[in-house]
Amino acid sequence: MKMYEYRFRRRQLLVSSVGLIGYAIVRPVFSAPVTLDAALAEFSRGGKVTTGKVKFEIAELIDNGNAVPITVSVDSPMTEANHVVAIAVFNEKNPQREMIKTKLSPLAGRAQLSTRIRLATSQKLTAIAEMNDGSFFSHTVEVVVTLAACIEE
Amino acid sequence: MARALITIPPNPKRNSIIEIRVLIQHPMETGLRPDAEGKVQPRNIIRRFECRFIVGDKSDLIFSAELFPAISANPYIAFHLRATQNGTLNFQWTGDNGFAQTETAALVVV
Repeated sequence: MKMYEYRFRRRQLLVSSVGLIGYAIVRPVFSAPVTLDAALAEFSRGGKVTTGKVKFEIAELIDNGNAVPITVSVDSPMTEANHVVAIAVFNEKNPQREMIKTKLSPLAGRAQLSTRIRLATSQKLTAIAEMNDGSFFSHTVEVVVTLAACIEE
Repeated sequence: MARALITIPPNPKRNSIIEIRVLIQHPMETGLRPDAEGKVQPRNIIRRFECRFIVGDKSDLIFSAELFPAISANPYIAFHLRATQNGTLNFQWTGDNGFAQTETAALVVV
C-alpha cells in the first residue's frame, strides 16, 4: 500500500513537471507581442505593400537610442489626384510596434516627415506610406544601437 | 503651459513649399520605466498633434500625427506646407492627463 502511494505521487510529480515545462515552452509564444509584419499588415488592412517610393533616412549606427532623428520622404507630386494620405513608422523590437502615424493633406505640397524616436535595441524599422488610390509602399532599414533607450533611470 | 517652439520661414514666396518645424516641452513618459523606488511610472504622453491652416472661416487640416511612447521626450515634428496665401496656422497637441495646448502662427506670403 505504501509502495503504491509512493509511485502514485511520483507519477503525479512527473505529470505536473511535464506540464510545467510545456507551459514554459508555450507561454512565450502566447505572450509574444505583435510582430513587425503583423503591425504592417494591420496598417495596410491586409493590402499588398510594395517596396519603393518611400525613403527612410536614419543613421545606421546609433550611439544613443533616446532621441534618434529620422526623416521619411515619399516620392509623390502631392496633387489632389495623386497624393500620400498617411505615413507611419513601425519597429521590430521596441515594447510597442507603432512609433508614429501621420495623416497628410494634398495642401502639404511635399510628403515628408521628420521626428525623433526612441530605440530599445538594434533592430529593423519600417516606414510605410498609403497613397490616395489605396496602394501601400514601404522602406525597411536596419540599425545598430549601442546605448539603448529605456535603461536609464 | 508647456513651452512650444514653432519655426516657419519668414515671408515665403507664394506657392513655395515651406517646412514647418514644431517642438513642445513634454516628458513623454512611456509607462514602462521604474522610478527610483522601483515602481513603474504611469504613462504620460502626447497622443495627438494637429496642424490646421485657417483662412477666414475655412479651416483645413494639413497634417495630423498620432504619437506613441517611442517618440522622444520634447516631441519634435517637421512637415511641409505649400504657402498659397496668407492665413493662420493653428497647432494643437493633446495627450494623457488632460494635456491640451494650442498655438497659432501667422503665415504671410510675398
